[in-house]
Amino acid sequence: MKLYLKYASIILKSQMQYKASFFMTALGQFLVSFTAFLGVRFMFARFNAVSGFTFAEVLLCFSIILASFALAECFVRGFDTFPGIISNGEFDRIMVRPRNEILQVLSSRIEFSRLGRLLQALGMFAYALHESNVEWTFDKILTLILMLTGGFFVFAGLFVVYAGLCFFTLEGLEFMNIFTDGAREFGKFPFSIYGESVLKFLTYVIPLALFQYYPFLYLIGKSDNTLYMFLPLLGMLFVIPCLLFWRFGVRHYKSTGS
Amino acid sequence: MKKYLSFFIIRLTTGLQYRAAALAGISTQFAWGGMTLLMFRAFYQYSSSAFPMTFRELSSYIWLQQAFLALYMSWYFDNDIFDSITSGSIAYELCRPVDLYTMWFAKNAAVRMSRAVLRCMPILVIAAFLPEPFNVSLPASFLSGLLFLISMIMGFLVLVAFSMLIYITALYTLSPLGIRVVATSAIEFFTGAIIPLPFFPQSIRNIVHLLPFAYIQNTPFLIYNGYISGTEMYKSILLQAVWLLLLWASGKLLMKRALKKVIVQGG
Repeated sequence: MKLYLKYASIILKSQMQYKASFFMTALGQFLVSFTAFLGVRFMFARFNAVSGFTFAEVLLCFSIILASFALAECFVRGFDTFPGIISNGEFDRIMVRPRNEILQVLSSRIEFSRLGRLLQALGMFAYALHESNVEWTFDKILTLILMLTGGFFVFAGLFVVYAGLCFFTLEGLEFMNIFTDGAREFGKFPFSIYGESVLKFLTYVIPLALFQYYPFLYLIGKSDNTLYMFLPLLGMLFVIPCLLFWRFGVRHYKSTGS
Repeated sequence: MKKYLSFFIIRLTTGLQYRAAALAGISTQFAWGGMTLLMFRAFYQYSSSAFPMTFRELSSYIWLQQAFLALYMSWYFDNDIFDSITSGSIAYELCRPVDLYTMWFAKNAAVRMSRAVLRCMPILVIAAFLPEPFNVSLPASFLSGLLFLISMIMGFLVLVAFSMLIYITALYTLSPLGIRVVATSAIEFFTGAIIPLPFFPQSIRNIVHLLPFAYIQNTPFLIYNGYISGTEMYKSILLQAVWLLLLWASGKLLMKRALKKVIVQGG
């Protein structure tokens, strides 16, 4: 942990050397998700609600998934750019060091500019906070924190799987994007609007709905089931098979030799 | 003209080599299109009267958009061009007896086309066999189909001409990062890649129609599904031509001015 913090502070310092570039990238991250927000805004200018969710509720949902995605992308970015590490042979260097590989990949890249997205999420959250009539009692705040951490872990798990696949294919698989970028894009609406089968898939196969849809219902008071509040914890377990898959991949690793 | 054609063909054949990438892309785009349609279905179920077009028309629009994504993608920029500007190797390019603008234009068009050629057919074929109303239907009429093809090419050229302006600004600013990010977001949103333009509020739509963005992917897809019909079709294709000419001429002019005082980065 100490080592990780040291790495983090070094990376932060190095990124701060190019301040203009840093803020430009952060601004870019902000703009990209801002257009997604405008899309939602325009849809709700035409329709008042969708599947029983109001604009403020959707924004609340959007901001939570965007925030957890931004955090995951910021700190687990090393796995996201893993194809590069494999193909330039840097993973060989990582293997020979007497430290855990996961720690090293994690700390190889921390993208602080991704916090531009977080800023956008905070903005939407502030608006939704004002508009939606959620009473912020202790359990609601706990639900929110659980949703955010659950989301962080599930996205982190997906990035790890993405990286793990590289051991076999040597390059990134575009198909994984549908679960990472796609989850961010389509997760702006509660997953139930996509219909029963999509919701089932996202509950039992890729547990995105466990930290988004079910606890969200509890958060906005559409459900009284306290169990829903703790479902994100179950979703976090997703990270375990992901890490096992990664281990499996490491054992199959053949250097590209470059 | 012949030399630009060869630049075009070289890039096109290089692009056509990446078949595995295309396969991965196709499945991703298929899932993406499906999810988009399911999202719109939820809105449609809430209030079908507030829908600006029929659901079948929307399905055709979304599948065409996925099939021809590579033609109209907002995020693609040729990094070689930006690199040649920042590293100074643009000096070599300038020594060649070719017109830089036309060469860059041909290369850009070729990369986009090679990706689209590999991807469009499988997506369209599978989408045609989906259950109604989620399938892609035939063009609204024979004439619509024909004009769709013309308009698709025109829209594609408008976009390439627009992205040329981004490359040229890099000649002035040297750091393409900022302008690139803004341009990508603007193209993506205002061409209707996030939500189709007919879903925009009317007042904003009126403004967008004064900009080139409405004449990129919006025009051909809406002609195909019959949302734009009659003389409107000819009018919008004419506007595409006007924008193409305008963007091309301003690109040429700006390039000429930039090259007069271009400072080659040494090293």
